[in-house]
Amino acid sequence: MTAPLDAPGKTAEVPPEAVLAGAGVKAIQGRSLGQIAWMRLKRDKVALAGAGVVVLLIITAISAPLIVDVFGHPPNEFHQEMIDTSTMTPKGGTGISGDFLFGVEPVNGRDLFSRVVYGARISLLIAVLATLLSVVIGTAMGVMAGYFGGWVDTLISRTMDVFLAFPLLVFAMALVGVLGQFEQNLGVTGDTLRIGLLIFVIGFFNWPYIGRIIRGQTLSLREREFVDAARSLGARGPYILFREILPNLIAPILIYATLLIPTNVLFEAALSFLGVGIQAPTATWGGMLSQAVKFYNVPHFMFFPGMAIFITVLAFNLFGDGLRDALDPKTSR
Amino acid sequence: MNKRSAVAFAAAGAALSLGLSACGGGGGETTPADGSSGAPAAAEAFNAGLEAVFNPSDKKGGVLKMAISEDWDSVDPGDTYYALSWNLIRIYGRSLVTYTPAPGAEGRKLSPDLAESLGESSDDGKTWTYKLRAGLKFEDGTPITSKDVKYAVLRSMDKETLVNGPTYFNDWLDLPKDFKSVYKTPDVNTDSAIETPDDQTIVFHLKKAYAGFDNFAALPGTIPVPKDKDTGVKYREKVIASGPYKFDKVEPGKQYTLVRNEHWDPATDPIRKALPDSYEISLGVNADDLDNRVLAGDLHIDLAGSGVQPAALGRVLGDPALKARADNPTGARTWYTSIMSNVPPLDNVDCRRAIIFAADRVGLQNAYGGEFAGGDIATGLMPPSIGGWKKLDLYPTGTGDVEKAKEALTACGKPEGFETVMAYRADRPKEKAIAESLQQSLGKAGIKLDLKGYPTGDYFALYAGKPDFVKKNGIGLATNGWGADWNDGFGFMSQIVDSRTIRESGGNYNLSITDKEIDAKIDEALLETDVAKRDAIWGEIDQRVMEQAYVLPSVWSKSVLVRPQGATNVFVTGAFDMYDYLNLGLE
Repeated sequence: MTAPLDAPGKTAEVPPEAVLAGAGVKAIQGRSLGQIAWMRLKRDKVALAGAGVVVLLIITAISAPLIVDVFGHPPNEFHQEMIDTSTMTPKGGTGISGDFLFGVEPVNGRDLFSRVVYGARISLLIAVLATLLSVVIGTAMGVMAGYFGGWVDTLISRTMDVFLAFPLLVFAMALVGVLGQFEQNLGVTGDTLRIGLLIFVIGFFNWPYIGRIIRGQTLSLREREFVDAARSLGARGPYILFREILPNLIAPILIYATLLIPTNVLFEAALSFLGVGIQAPTATWGGMLSQAVKFYNVPHFMFFPGMAIFITVLAFNLFGDGLRDALDPKTSR
Repeated sequence: MNKRSAVAFAAAGAALSLGLSACGGGGGETTPADGSSGAPAAAEAFNAGLEAVFNPSDKKGGVLKMAISEDWDSVDPGDTYYALSWNLIRIYGRSLVTYTPAPGAEGRKLSPDLAESLGESSDDGKTWTYKLRAGLKFEDGTPITSKDVKYAVLRSMDKETLVNGPTYFNDWLDLPKDFKSVYKTPDVNTDSAIETPDDQTIVFHLKKAYAGFDNFAALPGTIPVPKDKDTGVKYREKVIASGPYKFDKVEPGKQYTLVRNEHWDPATDPIRKALPDSYEISLGVNADDLDNRVLAGDLHIDLAGSGVQPAALGRVLGDPALKARADNPTGARTWYTSIMSNVPPLDNVDCRRAIIFAADRVGLQNAYGGEFAGGDIATGLMPPSIGGWKKLDLYPTGTGDVEKAKEALTACGKPEGFETVMAYRADRPKEKAIAESLQQSLGKAGIKLDLKGYPTGDYFALYAGKPDFVKKNGIGLATNGWGADWNDGFGFMSQIVDSRTIRESGGNYNLSITDKEIDAKIDEALLETDVAKRDAIWGEIDQRVMEQAYVLPSVWSKSVLVRPQGATNVFVTGAFDMYDYLNLGLE
């Protein structure tokens, strides 16, 4: 889950061959590509703020039980004493107090703060793992298509076209809905099944976006001098792929992974909103929003999960943008 | 009674068979309890329209504006199973008898409409005769005869063409075997089921006696349909009116407008006032927008009659001025949770009782919307407006009694509790809230629930209503709800407690009750001709259901309705538990 944060460090380990490729830069600055990127990133205050928020979110998600223990109540615990039973809305409008930081849900009075905090776990877990899946498939397919060319390229590229043409949201709704009914056959149940399904659906159908970019990069990389040099020295396919080409793809992979995470956060929220996500009573941001729609007279119910999604997506996007500016040598600053 | 009424948003047609026998065979005279005939008039206050007529008047004119957030099945009298539709249909169609336009329980009594009087039975309740009034005409001026009524009833039975609506006539009329439908076998002689000796007389012949046949005669299926104008399923686009209004514009899914039918003769109709000049009915209006427009006064009636949305609820109950415009009727509908008696360990009655003891009954009430929008905490399966109802006091109705639950668990041999699966309709937020509430309260007694949401559309056909799916998935609890077609034990209970209605192929509404004693009592009730004794038997069945803990009742449903501004003769009819649409007028 911490992969994006290690970004600057990992880039610093780029093998010497790759650095040789950027020899012009080295001659002037005397620094490695990773060092340059890190320097640029440090200057980008907005990206750093984004990174800070992302770190905070991850800490929140991991330590949710601790936070809730101190500041809230168990996320599924009812507090009907907080509800006005004639209108089913929280007493006093929102129920916000020192005891309930974000107020309570209408109808059953569950602690909104605890549910938003626990919601972060589901959202980030699904978004990050789905992104990982997309990246793994996308990179493998992209590299193969770009490196081997010919019929392999044709086959993979057309497959990507087919995947891109899928009405993803509609398809995901159908798939999650249908597969969710075959619990005994799949051998897992409840939240585990749902989370797994969502990760699979979101991750598996998003890989062509990253696959296309990787294919393009590979196409240009395999014609570069250092690859020719390696080949003329007798290096074979696997060596060239893993030692020459892949290390040079780490920058675009990192950038697009960071930018894919917020998309997936939104996608998971959309699926939960439409009712095919995680099942009750587990808290998810999208699921809370979908419930809140019916209670527009209790605006705080929509505000807090909505803000959580907004902040998460914004933070990841800002950080991703900054990372791209820092890693991509072609960006002019 | 069957599918539609279980899924319809407020399908609760109702008529008191007690009341029926009181006026059974009586003359054609009724006293409509409206303003003009001296019924009590109500001042503006909460529940003012429940037991009295609010703002009575005889002033004619104006356009009555109605709207609904979705659409209902059909305006065709032979093809509809929504309470709102059965209520509205009476402005353009006249059935043999209908519910008296009067507030409260009086509205459950039947009045003759096309017929001169309520049905006269002979042959020990197997034959029912009605005489039509003289001078009845369709909107095109042709006279209405008993043959039009007969044709309408026969066509309403073709559930392959007209898929919506009850099947009472199919189940009870003594039809010849070779009769399939008026469309497929138009030439088969059906006199063994319905006879029309002359143009004014219609005689129904039943397979077995049924003392409550007037309830059948009140079904929209008896609204006459001229055979030469019938276009099967397309008849809904051009319904021929027999009541005081006829369709002017019909835009399916968008709007209907109705204008006066000049061939309707008030002299033939003692119950209708026909006050507005026209009706405007808009379909597909956003539900929240609709509430706001009713509150603001630029719309008169939310046709659905199922109460305001949660957002408007807060406004209405929070503001004394708005609350004074609201009514809070109780419907003949129970929301409950079926406890599967064939899924271990719930095959043991003590384990089932433990669930009822542990359940937070207030939490369940809140899940359905609280005391006003949800309903009163139910102590039995049968709602209070059903004949034979008695108050049961077998379980506490507080926030859950963990100790009693533990005792019951010990008696059941599971002192540490057990795990089971709870099914609910995933796209119904209230049922989701029920499942979440039970998971919390049962958890305190050691009963762990695994919640599973299933799609509403196939809930009964493929999931909770399919016995082998329930067993295979170990579903111990399932949310459920039922509304009466009319207010007697037969009209409410027969489909949900009789084990012989359970089909292995699925589509069951009785999810959990397989009890030989109950089956025997049902048979006893069907044969019993004395109404008081019959009602008492249904009361005993209700008690047996609760003693054996086959269901965990949540609420007897209530709704918050807002009286229209500027409208007259506003009251809640006990027949449908929504505003009576028959005699509304404008100031």
